[in-house]
Amino acid sequence: MQFGIFTVGDVTMDPTTGRTPTEHERIKNTVAIARKAEEVGLDVVAVGQHHNPPFVASSPTTTMAYIAAQTERIILSTSTTLITTTDPVRIAEDYATLQHLTDGRMDLMLGRGNTGPVYPWFGKDIREGINLAIENYALLHRLWREDVVNWQGRFRTPLQGFTATPRPLDDVPPFVWHGSIRSPEIAEQAAYYGDGFFSNHIFWPASHAKQMVDLYRRRFEHYGHGTADQAIVGLGGQVFMRRNSQDAVREFRPYFDNAPVYGHGPSLEEFTAQTPLTVGSPQEVIEKTLGFRDYVGDYQRQLFLMDHAGLPLKTVLEQLDLLGEEVVPVLRKEFAALKPAHVPDPPTHAQRVSLAAAAAPVPTPTGGHA
Amino acid sequence: MTRHLAVVSAGLGNPSSTRLLADRLSAAAARALEALGEPIVVDVVELRPLAHALADNMLTGFAAGELAEAVAQVRRADALIAVTPVFSASYSGLFKSFFDVLDPESLTGTPVLVAATAGTARHSLVLDHAVRPLFSYLRAVVVPTGVFAATEDFGSTAAGPLDERIERAASELAALVTGAARTRPHGGEDRLESLPFEELLRRA
Repeated sequence: MQFGIFTVGDVTMDPTTGRTPTEHERIKNTVAIARKAEEVGLDVVAVGQHHNPPFVASSPTTTMAYIAAQTERIILSTSTTLITTTDPVRIAEDYATLQHLTDGRMDLMLGRGNTGPVYPWFGKDIREGINLAIENYALLHRLWREDVVNWQGRFRTPLQGFTATPRPLDDVPPFVWHGSIRSPEIAEQAAYYGDGFFSNHIFWPASHAKQMVDLYRRRFEHYGHGTADQAIVGLGGQVFMRRNSQDAVREFRPYFDNAPVYGHGPSLEEFTAQTPLTVGSPQEVIEKTLGFRDYVGDYQRQLFLMDHAGLPLKTVLEQLDLLGEEVVPVLRKEFAALKPAHVPDPPTHAQRVSLAAAAAPVPTPTGGHA
Repeated sequence: MTRHLAVVSAGLGNPSSTRLLADRLSAAAARALEALGEPIVVDVVELRPLAHALADNMLTGFAAGELAEAVAQVRRADALIAVTPVFSASYSGLFKSFFDVLDPESLTGTPVLVAATAGTARHSLVLDHAVRPLFSYLRAVVVPTGVFAATEDFGSTAAGPLDERIERAASELAALVTGAARTRPHGGEDRLESLPFEELLRRA
């Protein structure tokens, strides 16, 4: 199982000091956080994509490439790559380039984006959000698998004799996760292609994540990619830790109370009871996280949101120390002990290369009989 | 077949004239349904204790705790009685908030009896100008008779026009429930469904 962190790249005021980081600070902090994630032994770091304030993360592959150049082991991913407003041709090119530069140390998670006014800036319409996700990915899927593509759809200029370059590394396209909070169609899409499905698992109750994952698993089996428990599932999560549980609650409360999305709403205590959020000791985080498996089954990737709501860099780095040193080693061991052999390991480039080699037909020698 | 009747009351006081009207309506509807041979279960949803949860739901996007239970009761109801006080020429904000957080498909085809209370009869068209369009938007089936009660109606001792309207509205609701074959896109709550992907691709 892979453990890591994901960020949306928001620039948020620290409510305890009233200070808002500059865009420059936030971008550099994102790199510092990613380096720390590798240092403490995490497997994945995922960056966001947004095209409106208060977010700075408009260019994920630039940030990913920079992080990749400064790290050696950690897998770069996204949370999320906007499949609706980004030209699928550019996604094919940018991420294939990144795949070569990182020697396959990357994948991506597709999402739609839920801010209506952003769509028209890119010539799109949010009311077509699901259709954009479906058509654009259908094209992206082909661009990475067919050397020459002729294509016509509703949402972009037709392609005649187009070859997306570079071709994917080792002829194995980057692994794709489809991320969604609430749309069953996205779970269906992930199942159809046999791709990964990632449930946000932050903002809403666990019961909702369970419904989405159930649908994905059922349909993964329906489309013949394996049994339901062999589907590739990722989950989000949100934690804040101090050695002493009460210290964690006291320190995190002002950030929680003023957080984007749910701030000024339910109390910290209510929200931790209602959603997967854990605020407490590393042991409490371990217990709650192990419980996720009870309702989504054995899964492949767990990402935590650690750097939002205006938390200062120093605090985020301390959180990563706790996560990497005290929480993840225990989770790794416990989850591994529980996972049955027929449940696939998390996707990596090396694993996908060997799967592709095993599935490929024996090549006909040149000049031989057909 | 046991029918579920949900009663949503947005009264704020205790005692509340809105709740008083809701109780009279639900008793009348229960009698009318039982007279048609339909045993019923009544779920009363008082919105006042859910006020915080409703504000939270607006911010978080999900219904928690007792609000989730209230939403489930309304979703599974075979009929709904919705009663609001009149505030500033319309339904109260609390009343609207509850229907704002309901999934828009929750009430499709559901027979609904609408009712309102106010200090003066001059507000009585609120039922037809505000409450009825809300339920039309939700694709509910609103019974022809809306029940409006002003303070003066509660002051009268003799059985008067208010009782007649309550009885007529209740029997209209009962007739719709027993005659209605409701179809809803989402019957169950525990299992999500999507159109098959081939269909999604075709539509895209």
